[in-house]
Amino acid sequence: MATLQRSSVFKEPSRQTVRSRRGWGYRALSYAVLTILGLTMLIPFLWMISTSFKPLSEILIPRFMPIEPTLDNYRYVLTETELPRWYLNSIIVALISTISVAFFDSLAGYVFAKYRFPGKRIIFVVFLSSLMVPTEMLIIPWFIMSANPVVGGTWIDTYWGIAFPGVITAAGIFLMRQFMQGVPDELLDAARIDGVNEFGLFWRVAVPLSLPAIGALCIFNFLGNWNAFIWPLIITSQREMMTLPVGLQFFSTESGSDWHLIMTGASLSVVPLLIVVIIFQRYIIEGIALTGLKG
Amino acid sequence: MFNLTLARKKVIWAYIFLAIPIVFFAYFRIYPTIFAFQMSLYDWNPLAEEQEFVGTGNYEELFEDLGKERSATRKAFENTALYIIIGMPAQLLLALAIALMLNEIRFLSSFYRVLFFLPFVTSTIAIAWVFRILYERQGFINTMLEAFSLPTQPFLLSPNQALFSITAMVVWQGLGFAVIIFLAGLKQIPRIYYEAAEIDGATRWQSFWRITFPLLNPSIVYLVVLQSISFLRMFAPVYAMTVQGSGGPLNSTTTVVLRVVREAFDSNNYGYAATLTVVLFVIILVITVLQLRLTSRQID
Amino acid sequence: MFRSKYLIVVVAMLVLLLGFQAVAQDDIIEIEYWQYNFGARVDAMNMLIEQFEAENPGIHVIHNSDIAYDNFRTELSTSVAGGVGPDVVTLFYGWIPSFVDAGYLVPLPEPFTEEYINENFVPMVSGSAAFEGEYYAVPTAVRSLALFYNIDLLEAAGFDGPPETLEEFKEMAVAATVYDGEPSLDNIVTEGYAIEMNGQAHHWFREALVRQFGGVPYNDDYTEVLWNSEAGCEAFAWLTDFETNLMTGTSEGIGGTADANTAFLAGLAALHIDGSFRLAAANSSEDLNFGIAELPANADGERETYGSYWTHGITRRAASDPARMEAATKFLEFITTADAGTLWVNEVGELPAQTAALENEELTSDPIFGPFITGLAYSHATFFIDESQQRQNLIDAFDLVRLSGVSPCDALQEAAAMEQDLLDEFWESRED
Repeated sequence: MATLQRSSVFKEPSRQTVRSRRGWGYRALSYAVLTILGLTMLIPFLWMISTSFKPLSEILIPRFMPIEPTLDNYRYVLTETELPRWYLNSIIVALISTISVAFFDSLAGYVFAKYRFPGKRIIFVVFLSSLMVPTEMLIIPWFIMSANPVVGGTWIDTYWGIAFPGVITAAGIFLMRQFMQGVPDELLDAARIDGVNEFGLFWRVAVPLSLPAIGALCIFNFLGNWNAFIWPLIITSQREMMTLPVGLQFFSTESGSDWHLIMTGASLSVVPLLIVVIIFQRYIIEGIALTGLKG
Repeated sequence: MFNLTLARKKVIWAYIFLAIPIVFFAYFRIYPTIFAFQMSLYDWNPLAEEQEFVGTGNYEELFEDLGKERSATRKAFENTALYIIIGMPAQLLLALAIALMLNEIRFLSSFYRVLFFLPFVTSTIAIAWVFRILYERQGFINTMLEAFSLPTQPFLLSPNQALFSITAMVVWQGLGFAVIIFLAGLKQIPRIYYEAAEIDGATRWQSFWRITFPLLNPSIVYLVVLQSISFLRMFAPVYAMTVQGSGGPLNSTTTVVLRVVREAFDSNNYGYAATLTVVLFVIILVITVLQLRLTSRQID
Repeated sequence: MFRSKYLIVVVAMLVLLLGFQAVAQDDIIEIEYWQYNFGARVDAMNMLIEQFEAENPGIHVIHNSDIAYDNFRTELSTSVAGGVGPDVVTLFYGWIPSFVDAGYLVPLPEPFTEEYINENFVPMVSGSAAFEGEYYAVPTAVRSLALFYNIDLLEAAGFDGPPETLEEFKEMAVAATVYDGEPSLDNIVTEGYAIEMNGQAHHWFREALVRQFGGVPYNDDYTEVLWNSEAGCEAFAWLTDFETNLMTGTSEGIGGTADANTAFLAGLAALHIDGSFRLAAANSSEDLNFGIAELPANADGERETYGSYWTHGITRRAASDPARMEAATKFLEFITTADAGTLWVNEVGELPAQTAALENEELTSDPIFGPFITGLAYSHATFFIDESQQRQNLIDAFDLVRLSGVSPCDALQEAAAMEQDLLDEFWESRED
C-alpha cells in the first residue's frame, strides 16, 4: 500500500540513470520548452499582480510594469468593499468543513478499516457510490432543503448552509480507510488489554499514527472549500455572507466595475493561498499523484 | 450490555461511530438524489402549494428542445461535448509532453513542477477574471498579436472563438494536475526497461511507443475519465468569463450545468432543471461504469 | 386523583386559550405585509402603517422587512412551504405572471376595478398590471428611463444642452466621440453613446424606439411578438448603428471600465440611457457633472419611455379568510393613494404612481426628477413572462449584429422567433 509519510512517489528508483548517456541536446530542448511553457503559466498571475498596482489611467497602456505604482487600489478594496468580510467567511466555512472532515472521515475510515460488523460492505459501497452522483444534481434539492430545513429557520445565507454539503466526504473516508488499514492490529489489541476504550483506541492510537494522511486530507479539503463556487453561489444572496469566489464574481464598487479593482480583489484572494500552497506543495502534489496510482 | 463478547461490543461501537456519517449520507446524499429524480417528474414551482405531477413531461420537453436548432438546451449539450472533445485531448497531450520533459531533467525539476501546478489550486473565478482581461479587445494577448503584426482577435466576444478561449483557460488551469498524474505514472516504470531497450538499439521514439505508452495506460484512462467528467460538469469558468454569466455570446459557451442553474434559479423551472441533472447523472454514470470495466478496479 | 386534576387543568387552559383567541379575533385583525429591506422604503412604509392603523383601529399590520433584496423572491417561495407568509406582498411587476401561475396571488377585489386603475394610476400601470383580464397588483411608486448626459463632455463637443430628438441624439453622440488615432472601437477615449443591451438599452428599444419608428412591441394581450416588424427592424438598425458603423461606444466599457454604465459614471461617456434608480450612483460620483433630460423624441415630436415598478398584491393566504381579505384590501387601498405616493417620493425618492400626485409643480419642475416624471405620462411597462430570458433574446440579437455580422433585421427575426416560442409555451401552459 502506498503511504504518504515516507516513500515519495517521485523518489528516483535508482541513482544511476541512463540519462547521462542520452543526448544533452534533448535535455536542453526540454529546458527551453519548459521555460516557455512555465512562463505561460506565470504570465496571468504576474499580469494580475501588476494590474493591481496600476491606477485606472494606466490600465490600457500595454506595459507590464506600472509607470506610477500605487497602493490606492489595495487601500480602496480593503476599506471600501466587502472583500475582508468575504475573506473571513471563506476562512470560517473552510475551517468548519475541514475540522469536521478531519474528524468524521478519519473515524469512519478507521471503522471500515478495523471493525467487522454486519452490513459493513453495503454501507461502504453506498458511501462510495455517492461519489458517482454529481454535486450539480444535488444543488436544487439541497437548496429546497435549506429553505425549509429540519432544524432552524433557514440555512440560506448561513455558514452551516454553505458548509454542510462538505462536512463529511466519501473520498476522505476512502482515503482514511486505506491508510488506517496500515495501523498494526497488535498495537490496537495491546492498548485494548491496557484498558483503553474503543474511542481511545481511535483517538490515542490510530489518529497519531495517521497524522500525515489526516494532514493531507485537511489541506485538500481546505483548498477545495476555499475555491468552491457553485454551491456558495446558490446558497448565499446577501453580499456579507458571500465567500471569496462568489464575492469576486460580483465584485463591483459603488461606481461600477473597474478592471484594476477587480484585479486587486483577485490578487488579494489568490496570493496568500498560493504562498500556503507553495509551503505545502510536496504534500499536495504527492496526494494528487496517489489518486492516480490507485487507478 | 454486560455479558457481551468483545466481537459484539465492537459491532456496537462500529455502529455508534458510524451513526453520524450514516445519517449524513442518508439525509444529504441519498435523499437529495431521490428528491432530484422525483422533482424531474413534476412541474416543480416553489411558489405553488401543491406540485403538479407531469410524469415524463419534462423529459419529453427536454428531447423536444434537443431537436430545436435554437434552443439553449441543445446548445448546452453540443457545447459540453465540444469542451470534452477539444479540451480533454489538448490537456492530456500537453500534460504528457510536459511530464516526459520533466522526467528527463533533474535540475529545477521540482521548481517547474510547482509552476505548472499553481494554477490548479487557484480559485477558478479569480483566474477567469484574469483571463477576461488578457482576452480584452486591447488586452495583453491582442497587444502581443499586434507586436508580431498579427491581426487582433475578438476572443470572448466572438461566438466562434469564445468556446475555444474558455477551453484554453480550463486547459491551462488543469494542466498541472494531469502533469502530476503522468509524472507519478512515469516514475512507476522501471528504468531497467529503458536500459534494456537501449542496449537492443531502440530509438527514443520506439521506446516511447513500446514501453512508456503501454505502461502509462492506467494513468491515461484515469485522466480521460476524470477530465471528461470535469468538463461535463463545467460551470464556473463559463459563468465567470461570459457577460453576466450568460453563457454567451449567443449561447456559444453555455453548458448543461449553467442551464441547470439558469432554469432553476432564474426561471423557476425546477422540474426541468432537475431533469437536466438526471440526464447529466446518467451520462457520468455510464462513463464511470465504462472506466470500472476498463480497469476492472475493485471498490473493496 | 392526580390524573383527573391534571386533565381538568388542561381542559381549562384549552378553553381559556380558545376563548381568548375568539375574543382576539373579534377585536383586532392581524395581517402581515412583506417587503425587502431597503432603509428608506421601510421607514416610509412604517409611516404609512402608523397612519393606516390610526384610521382603522380594528386592523393591526405586521410589517416584515427583514429580508435582503436579493433574497426576497426565495424567501417568499420558502414561506409557502413553511405555511407562513404575507397577506399583502410587495413584488416586482414582472413577477406577476409566474406568481399568478403558481396560484400565489389572487385577483384584486373591489374597489380595484379597471376604471379605478385607469383613472388613478399612470398609464404604464394599467397597461401592464392586468393579467388575463384581472388585476393582481397596484403600486405606490414607479421608475422610468431618461437620458443622462455629461454636461462637460457635451460642452467640449460644442453643445450647450441635451439632444431633443433622436436625430440630434445621434449627431451629438458622433460629435462627442473622441478617438486616439483612427476611428475604431479600440481607439475610443471618450464615448458619445454606448449601447448597453444587458443594461437598459433593450427596454429603450422595445418600448420607446419601436413605437417611435411607428410600430408596437407586442400585441395587446402579449401573445405575439411584434417588435420584429418593419418599424422594429428600422429601430434596431438605428440603434445598433452606434456600435457597428458610427463607433460611438462599446458595451464592453472603455478606459479600464468593464461596462458602458461604469464608463458613464467614470465620466468617459457623453450620453447614457438609464433609470431613476441610477441617480444615487451618479450623485455619488464626484467627478461626474451630469444632467437629466427626457428621452429624445422622434421627428414628429413623439416621446416614449419604459417604466417599471415594485407593486403590491394580495396573496391566497389572505383570501382564505374573508375578514383578512377585507383588511388586506383596505390596507392595499391605503398604501396606493396619491398621498402615499407623495410620501413615497419624499421619503424614498421613487416617482409616485398616481396621476393625482404628479400634478405637483415642485416635482415636475425639479431639474433631476422632472424629466423622469414628465416621462411617466408616456411610459410603458413591458408585460414580461420571463424577464431575464426576454432580455437575453435582445442581447443575443445585438451580439449577432456586432459580433457575427448578421444584418439587424435578420438578427431581430431570430430573437423574435425565440421569444415567440417562450410566449407560446407560457400561454399554452396557462390553458391547461
